[in-house]
Amino acid sequence: MSTRLLRDVAHARAGDKGDRSSVCVFVYDPAHYDAVAAQLTPQRLKQQFAGLLKGPIVRYDLPHLGGFNFVMDEALEGGVNASLNLDSHGKSWSSLILGLTVEVD
Amino acid sequence: MPADTVRIGGGAGFSADRLDPAVDLAERGALDALVFECVGERTLAFGHRDRMKDPAAGYNPWLERRLRAVLPACARNGTTIVTNMGVANPQAAAARAVQVARDLGLAGLKVAAVTGDDVTHLIREDTRLWEGGTVAGTGRTLVGANAYLGADAILPALEAGADVVITGRVADPSMFLALLRHRFGWGEYDWPVLGAGTLVGHLLECAGQITGGYFADPGVKDVQGLATLGFPFADVDPAGGAVIGKLDGTGGCVEPRTVKEQMLYEVHDPTAYLTPDVTADFSRVAVTEEGPDRVRVTGAGGAVRPGALKVTVAFDGGLLAEAGVSYAGPGAGARARLAGEVVVKRMRDLHGVDETLRVDLVGVDSLHGSAHRPDPGAAEDVRLRCALRSTDEEVAKLLLWEVESLLCCGPSGGGGYRGTLTPSVVTCSASLPRDAVAPELEILEA
Repeated sequence: MSTRLLRDVAHARAGDKGDRSSVCVFVYDPAHYDAVAAQLTPQRLKQQFAGLLKGPIVRYDLPHLGGFNFVMDEALEGGVNASLNLDSHGKSWSSLILGLTVEVD
Repeated sequence: MPADTVRIGGGAGFSADRLDPAVDLAERGALDALVFECVGERTLAFGHRDRMKDPAAGYNPWLERRLRAVLPACARNGTTIVTNMGVANPQAAAARAVQVARDLGLAGLKVAAVTGDDVTHLIREDTRLWEGGTVAGTGRTLVGANAYLGADAILPALEAGADVVITGRVADPSMFLALLRHRFGWGEYDWPVLGAGTLVGHLLECAGQITGGYFADPGVKDVQGLATLGFPFADVDPAGGAVIGKLDGTGGCVEPRTVKEQMLYEVHDPTAYLTPDVTADFSRVAVTEEGPDRVRVTGAGGAVRPGALKVTVAFDGGLLAEAGVSYAGPGAGARARLAGEVVVKRMRDLHGVDETLRVDLVGVDSLHGSAHRPDPGAAEDVRLRCALRSTDEEVAKLLLWEVESLLCCGPSGGGGYRGTLTPSVVTCSASLPRDAVAPELEILEA
């Protein structure tokens, strides 16, 4: 096992609807899927980004594509038209999540 | 490409998208249709604002330029254009399109305006909002409200032989689905193919986001030719399967990774992507590389559509005030932080402003990055950014003044003041029964 930046084992894309951010994450190597599934949990995101991800987080799994879809409520400070954040769409959420680390073989 | 497939291009993925890749598609793509998706929650709100100022405005500001650039090739190649560039004023947009066609000598070109999405008159003070509470409860002034129309609103325009179809708010994939329904005769309740066609639309609706745009990350996801990014097309078969591709000689890439990212983009539950047309199921889609820059997608499904239509309700948000000053060298972060504290103290204590005031250190902790709690001590190139939103213009101007006054009265070495005031619209969502919304069609001829 080694500690890797999620960015080295997966790629991601962020989108928004209202105050809800959705980030899909795909592992490059199917061999990493289970390890990422076990470690990249909604609870982990809530903990890691406490204070920013204010609502419930749901993860949808697409194992045949090596994918996870995170749907994060109250994650955009009110949404694109209400937020005072420079990145009011929350486009940077994909990179922030890829900045987490995972233990993989 | 087999004879029974239809080829649709994605010519724009948002209001300010590039023009040259769409022109290339129109000229070399052998397209049956070209779709320009140009409306978002933000742009629609701005459309309402523009239309309030000028009844002939409120459509996409790039409409004339886009059409002028692609219409000659589209007319020559028999390529139908479908676009939501009508934004908050499809009729004015269609009138402008007819003028452009006449200027280009394209007499007889048929331009359709699809309306009925504007449901401002149906919004009442007690209309419930998805965000909680009612319209009246927001305490804000209503600017406008639009229902997401579906493919059934666009289909009559295609059946009437329109060369250019201009809509306001429609669900993005519905523009593509309408073309497929028209070409393949799919019925209003053929849920599985409607789901498959919705996937095609969803994959193309952001244009370059499936051809290597919004994707490159040097070192881990390298993309060649991002400056000459090609836009996508899909060759769709009568069962709804599709091959996504881009033109030879263009930059970017179409590969399973770009397709997968786009497939889940802004999708919540992959088994239930809701549009006015269908509850689409993307959860069992297979994504396979078929050749260089060619990816096949199959296996999307669909179930009965939602009973209600989604509505975006826009309110006057006053002015967004943003102002900043930069600091460099050792201690830059600490000086920028001090400057921010000074602005907050003066706005609160001296001016009594109680609006939410945001203070960022750009280069340290803006962009949702504050969760990492980085140490600003190490940063040597930091910009203070302050922002607030207010319905009181004086309050908005005060923020700019206070940030600018830091130049002489704030921490040492602050420079590069910029301040902007931007009219702002805030949006919420609501639902309306399907039968309360009646799409309408008007056809103009050049």
